[in-house]
Amino acid sequence: MTRYLLSRTAQALLVLLGAYTIAYLILYLLPGDPLAILLNAAGRDIDALSPAEIAEARRFYGLDGTPLERYFELLWNALHGDFGFSASKNAPVAQLILERLPQTLALGGLAVAFSIVEGVGFGYLAASVRSPVLARFLARLPAFGVSLPSFWLGLLLIHLFAFTLGWLPAAGNDGFRSLILPAFTLSLYSAAIYAQLLIRGLEAASREPFIVTAYAKGLTRGEVQFRHAFRNAALPIVTLVGLQIGNTFSGAVLIETVFTRTGVGRLAEEAVLRQDIPVVLAVVTLSAAGFVFINLLVDLLYPILDPRIDHASKG
Amino acid sequence: MVDDSRSELSTARLRLAAGRAALGRSLRPSLRGAERLGHLLRRPGLVLSLAILAFVFVAAAAPTLLTSYDPYLTVPADRLAPPGAEHWFGADEIGRDLFARIVHGSSLSVQASSIAVGIAFSAGLVLGVIAGFAGGWTDAAIMRFIDVLLALPSLLLSLAIITAIGFGTIPVAVAVGVGIMPGFARTTRSEVLRVKTLPYVEAARLGGASRARTLLRHILPNSCGPVIVLATLDFGVAIIAVAGLSFLGFGAAPPAAEWGTLIANGRNFLVTAPWLSLIPGLFVMAVVLAANHIARTLEDGRP
Repeated sequence: MTRYLLSRTAQALLVLLGAYTIAYLILYLLPGDPLAILLNAAGRDIDALSPAEIAEARRFYGLDGTPLERYFELLWNALHGDFGFSASKNAPVAQLILERLPQTLALGGLAVAFSIVEGVGFGYLAASVRSPVLARFLARLPAFGVSLPSFWLGLLLIHLFAFTLGWLPAAGNDGFRSLILPAFTLSLYSAAIYAQLLIRGLEAASREPFIVTAYAKGLTRGEVQFRHAFRNAALPIVTLVGLQIGNTFSGAVLIETVFTRTGVGRLAEEAVLRQDIPVVLAVVTLSAAGFVFINLLVDLLYPILDPRIDHASKG
Repeated sequence: MVDDSRSELSTARLRLAAGRAALGRSLRPSLRGAERLGHLLRRPGLVLSLAILAFVFVAAAAPTLLTSYDPYLTVPADRLAPPGAEHWFGADEIGRDLFARIVHGSSLSVQASSIAVGIAFSAGLVLGVIAGFAGGWTDAAIMRFIDVLLALPSLLLSLAIITAIGFGTIPVAVAVGVGIMPGFARTTRSEVLRVKTLPYVEAARLGGASRARTLLRHILPNSCGPVIVLATLDFGVAIIAVAGLSFLGFGAAPPAAEWGTLIANGRNFLVTAPWLSLIPGLFVMAVVLAANHIARTLEDGRP
């Protein structure tokens, strides 16, 4: 088990290093001249600067030296929590992110909770209805959920619940009430995916011999559904939640913009608009780190949730 | 990082495995024309989906066929006119006809989504075929690269690419294409791996066919079914992603307007003229639903 844990952790760190490297290659090597972009983001024109000033700016943004030296320097700094200096906001990137992170974590966390409750609740309900017509109808509903552009759903909800009914605030970071609409908007896509998987899983489980056995020993339909079918069908959802968390949090870029909230997503959107390279690199790296960490956690928890999986014997 | 059971899960919703053989079957000319038409008419959902996609592609290719309004013509008197006989979908804040703007916007949105799927399809196909066919170290290296791409949420990967190469329809298309490419590589690889061991492929090799010939004549044609299903499904995904990025303001420069840009413009009039952003959104949703429905039909193999 220890061996599995170590190799799995090492793997996760390698993937993270790879993700950082790809983000670095895209952001620092793809543009013709990163310095021109950064100076532009800072509101200065590269043509108006003297060679000495350009050299100084190059040093300031860590753009002196070869690309490889720069890569290791940025990586070394990032490992020490220093993500450089934002060109457009004129502040350290780490500080900008730390200020906004709690808002995004609250939004994303609530959205993940919502999506699990909605997805599992709906999937369970859809698979439990007895009327075949209703069951067919319910099983098709999640397809609409995955076809909805989330930002548009956000606008629709604002129109309905904020402007027409006046129940909830339309925008802002003002306490729990302002979180409900954005979190629900963000949760719907993942919820629809969980529901689809659960409906299929419950359907497949219902044909298993152990379900027949459970009925044969006299359990009621509800007991069989919950204790036998659901427990088997729910396991893949755990993995899927891990995979979807990255999408849920990155969806905050759109949702925080729609609901004009301050958060890391909004920071990323503004950074892309201004082509503020260090901020984008930091946000991308952090989200990859979160994704890798959550999936590592899911993998390590799996043997506990499903005793049939025994990693010790494999390694 | 993502082991096999997980990779299966990530594509589980596609149910590709089930559709694999079926697609090949559906392409066989086993049904006569009239019979086919009869089958089609019994599936109104499919007919509607095909009609929606046809409408969108016609709108993209020849927008003037569908609307006589000029999308850039401002009529101050019709400012924020509600949907009605004269302006089917209403008019925006400077009196431009919304239906005309959606129809004309189709060309940018469809173009961007098609380029995105094209990039993802071709790059994914090449990587997947090389990985699956070569095996060994090559396979391991390519698949680790794909795993790393999958660790970057696709929206953020797209944002990084846009930061580096700038704004506009083409950069958005490239960014979305790279974001959805890993799925194609994975699906192609698993198909090639499956087909590679089938008896007829071995027979071809034993019969003296070269590696290249086996690949081109036997493995590729038999592996592309699920990849085509995925391409159809990802056309819908690409439409949403492109709309999202142009909603954020990274798409074509005004006055040209992709669907996402139209939704974003309507935001400021959500109280007085909600249709300005709600109708383009409904339109996007209809197109995505249509693409998904066709993908599911291909997957089930029932024409």
